Amino acid sequence: MSIRKADVLVIGAGPAGLSASIEAARLGADVIIVDLNMKPGGQLFKQIHKFFGSSAHHSGSRGIDIGRMLLDEAKDAGVTIWLKSTVIGIFPGKKVSIEREMDDGTSELVTLLPEEIVIATGASENVIRFKNWTTPGVMGAGAAQTMINVNHVRPGKRVVMLGSGNVGLIVSYQLMQAGCDVAALVEAAPKVGGYAVHAAKIRRAGVPILLRHTITEAVIGEDGTVSGAVIAEVDEHFKPIPGTEETIDCDVITLAAGLKPTMDLIKLAGCELTFDGVFGGYIPLHDENMETSVRGVFVAGDSTGVEEANTALDEGRIAGISAAVSLGLISGSDADERRDAIWERLDSLRMGPFGERRKKEKDHLIGLFHEEVKDQRAFA
Amino acid sequence: MSERICEHVVLDVEPAGKKVSISVDGKEIEAYEGEPILSALLAAGIRINRYTVKRREPRGLFCGIGQCSDCSMIVDGKANVRTCITPVRDGMVILTQDGLGSGKEAAS
Repeated sequence: MSIRKADVLVIGAGPAGLSASIEAARLGADVIIVDLNMKPGGQLFKQIHKFFGSSAHHSGSRGIDIGRMLLDEAKDAGVTIWLKSTVIGIFPGKKVSIEREMDDGTSELVTLLPEEIVIATGASENVIRFKNWTTPGVMGAGAAQTMINVNHVRPGKRVVMLGSGNVGLIVSYQLMQAGCDVAALVEAAPKVGGYAVHAAKIRRAGVPILLRHTITEAVIGEDGTVSGAVIAEVDEHFKPIPGTEETIDCDVITLAAGLKPTMDLIKLAGCELTFDGVFGGYIPLHDENMETSVRGVFVAGDSTGVEEANTALDEGRIAGISAAVSLGLISGSDADERRDAIWERLDSLRMGPFGERRKKEKDHLIGLFHEEVKDQRAFA
Repeated sequence: MSERICEHVVLDVEPAGKKVSISVDGKEIEAYEGEPILSALLAAGIRINRYTVKRREPRGLFCGIGQCSDCSMIVDGKANVRTCITPVRDGMVILTQDGLGSGKEAAS
């Protein structure tokens, strides 16, 4: 076991964590990022499609290219990245226990004593339960996306996708790019959830989008894994209508039912939470500097509410700058100037039919923080 | 039967690591050094990683990013290793996991 100090510990090397560490390190902080994965970048490297948005937000770039750029910037800024390392405890006094895997495959228990902590643990996929949903071959749409785009291996040959949000639509297309056959996309609602442009793309490729349908059962094949999906029409209460069942042959069923923020470490750090439907579940209350109810614990990205890579990048920047303020590396007024500019960009991202609701909700949540939490901040 | 992607319109899918061999339940399969163990298994058509404790139901790839632990296996004598986030090394010995493992694997 070893003990080590750092100015800033960032948990999670996705877009939020990387941008937080780049900002803090550029201002002179000694920053360590810890991530349990084999590679940094979070989910950026599986996003091989071009992003929407303004040029200030890398529109037209692929997530994979943004990921490479961030890694270069982090390296130039002198950020230390510990991969295959899992935070297993956060104790009073900001003592953080980390199981760190070494190059030879052995692991070491490290106690890290950071001055500031940024938690950017992202989100995890929601599931939809139906008969036999735990059978191998049923998986998250994001899991299938990781296999094809990061690991370059197909999870199977023929896929039925459940859910027509942007993840369901985009991953369906990417599965076809990877050489899989997408037998159908099934959606319980009466209309497609994601952007029409993505839906048109997969319809053109010949994938039927079955609205007002759901999956009621995964068929188990002789080898114990998925060999089909039973689908059925649903009524206006999303209940399957008996007699409408139909079986589609497939060896993979992918679930694209949205995401929920990953709260484990945020809870462990003692941050005050609130439940928020717009942002996908429990989220930490935080102020406009991304600081939580626990002083010196900052949050950013999907773990503060499910949005997108671009908002995660900007929230990460704010958290990194704020951590540097706490360390005395930048004055509050200089920091405010930078943070205000980032907030302006964030506001421009949170526009349009999907974004507006998130902006209102974010403003409301920050207001809630000031009303209920600010004066009773805890010290870690 | 390999499910490896050999060509792709956007990605460079050339394997980065060198070709090695790993043993899965006593059978040698091909793998690339540094890729997640789970990828090599999928490429070899292996989709069951473990059986559950109570009902002995099969489990396989579910989240792919180290969160759900459905793909846990016994790797070089260590049980409950998440194969989706553990890289391949030449000569690894991997076993399908039954339940939680006995706790004695590391000694073997």
